[in-house]
Amino acid sequence: MSSRRIFARPARFAAIAPYVWMALFFLVPFAFVLKISLSQTAIAQPPYEPVFDLTAGWEALKAAFAALSIDNFRLLGSDDIYVFAYVRSLTVAITATALLLLIGYPIAYGMARLPKRWQAVAMVLVIVPFWTSFLIRIYAWINILQHDGLLNQILLALHLVSQPVVWLSTDTAMYIGIVYSYLPFMILPLYATLAKMEPVLEEAASDLGAPPWQVFWLVTFPLSLPGVGAGVLLCFIPIVGEFVIPDLLAGSNSLMIGQTLWLEFFTNKDWPVASAAAIVLLVVLLVPLLLYERLQKRQLEQER
Amino acid sequence: MAKELPGADVAAEAAGGDAFPAAGQPLLRIEAVAKTFGTFRAVAGVSLDIKAGEFFALLGPSGCGKTTLLRMLAGFEAPDEGRILLGGKDIAQALPHERPINMMFQNYALFPHLSVRDNIAFGLKRAGMARADIATRVAEMVALVKLEGLEKRKPDQLSGGQRQRVALARALARRPQLLLLDEPLAALDKKLRENTQGELMELQRRLGMTFIIVTHDQEEAMTMASRIGVMKAGKLAQVASPRELYEAPRSRWIAEFVGDINLFDGESKLRDGHRLVIGTRDAGALVVAEPREPVGAGKFAIAIRPEKVKLSRRAPVSEAGRETAINTLDGVIADICYLGGTTTYKVKLDTGGMLQASVANSARIDVDAYSLNQHVVAWFTPDDCVVLPS
Repeated sequence: MSSRRIFARPARFAAIAPYVWMALFFLVPFAFVLKISLSQTAIAQPPYEPVFDLTAGWEALKAAFAALSIDNFRLLGSDDIYVFAYVRSLTVAITATALLLLIGYPIAYGMARLPKRWQAVAMVLVIVPFWTSFLIRIYAWINILQHDGLLNQILLALHLVSQPVVWLSTDTAMYIGIVYSYLPFMILPLYATLAKMEPVLEEAASDLGAPPWQVFWLVTFPLSLPGVGAGVLLCFIPIVGEFVIPDLLAGSNSLMIGQTLWLEFFTNKDWPVASAAAIVLLVVLLVPLLLYERLQKRQLEQER
Repeated sequence: MAKELPGADVAAEAAGGDAFPAAGQPLLRIEAVAKTFGTFRAVAGVSLDIKAGEFFALLGPSGCGKTTLLRMLAGFEAPDEGRILLGGKDIAQALPHERPINMMFQNYALFPHLSVRDNIAFGLKRAGMARADIATRVAEMVALVKLEGLEKRKPDQLSGGQRQRVALARALARRPQLLLLDEPLAALDKKLRENTQGELMELQRRLGMTFIIVTHDQEEAMTMASRIGVMKAGKLAQVASPRELYEAPRSRWIAEFVGDINLFDGESKLRDGHRLVIGTRDAGALVVAEPREPVGAGKFAIAIRPEKVKLSRRAPVSEAGRETAINTLDGVIADICYLGGTTTYKVKLDTGGMLQASVANSARIDVDAYSLNQHVVAWFTPDDCVVLPS
């Protein structure tokens, strides 16, 4: 009866689809990772224990449960490597997001004030890099930034430097790569809110005596906050867990949490610690998400 | 209710303490101002004086340049040519925030993230007014536009009429020397619009401020303004009081643009004392009063407003009747349009033309009302005719 009703009413099915999706592809994997994070490494297949074996009977299952511990989380807190990795990840993400906002906002604003037909062109120009593989674009940056790369050639030709500058394997290179890769994710939500905003509001502000910088801070910027929030989250969250860009462009003396995870999984084969690190990362990322949602909810309530 | 507003004037102070010109003196002088967008000449040389305390309307069809002219006064566009003098000072190139002029925008342009109070206080804060004075002024403005109790609302929690009031209060709060209103009532429905027209006029009189309103609605302009400038293709076609505009239009285009009118093309003229006799194709020879400005030779149009045309069953016979009914035209009723207060008859003239006559329905039961295809005599005096260059 119930399954027939579900298929008889597509609207109802559509309403539960997101929950099914969340359960299958988020909650279930999360449960696996959580379980592994509470286990211990073992030289076995899979490389941890205990293993829940539903065929071994109730007593065995109870014993397996009793063997779970939070030792891995304690390790994360006591070992500087992990603490440093988290701090570095957050520092990099905050710095890069701030840079993205500083660079992306003027671009988005400029786009939103273009004549309509040029806005579409600008939009395509922002999106066009996505047509090339992300990895290839990062390798291209290695090419540009290396010792005899394009950047150094230009700087030498312009006599701005007398010797090639070391770019590769520095934080500068990593920030260039991150800002370059994430810029569209900052620009697009900003552009969407700024394009919706009526320019007449800025005129009204200046008519009422506000010089241009006040027009921006008192009207344009506050009204673009939903776009700022979306852009910041869209960049900040994936940058915290970024692995490829720091691995390819930054030096290897200080690692981000994504790189640490990778090492634990594939070099140390320590799945439990890697899982614990991933869980902590998720919790850290939930904080800004929840804050943003609270903010949006409050805004909605005010508008009502 | 008619609360006297304290003298300290934020906007005037911002402009360097210029005193208001006394009422009757030109406050604003527009000199040969022109603006071109690409190849489109939006404003093509407009000169105009506006006196302090005037309620001036810029009227014209869309695309005539009235909004561009207003935007140049506000500072959103810089004129390519000409000067704009406010109290004797050229402000043509001054930025909007440097002008002691405020504007009420067509769709109000209220700041959606600010409350009613903060919207009204926005301009006062920019002028660096003391906090306590801002509170007093905001309260005053809120009372002025009757928005008490709504100070904390956001614009999207208000009705259209309330939003219009906030926009007005916000624009008035700085006591600008000049208030510009861009189609301020276009977004309101008819009844509310009529009420608001009266309130705006009341307010302007009470505050003694100078208003310039842009509108495409001639009734609105006629109702509110003491003077109207009609714009056509970037130029001022006529600047006159509402009555003069209606009764003495300067061109055929204005005569047709403002109100309804009967027009007859004439080709020849004869002088008969202080009158002219003009031969028309559609209505025969018409006797008209000699216009104040002499018309040269060539083609003319004779214009008669429909309400100036009288209808009767027979030609007037009395001596007095013959004197006033010099222009007598025979015809049959071709169309009847009952409008409540008046009825408009279309008369098919025996001479070939069509003539509109608007008759007041002064009695509730009118047994003498004309019916379709009835023979009638239409007549009007020479003084009711306007001679226009064709």
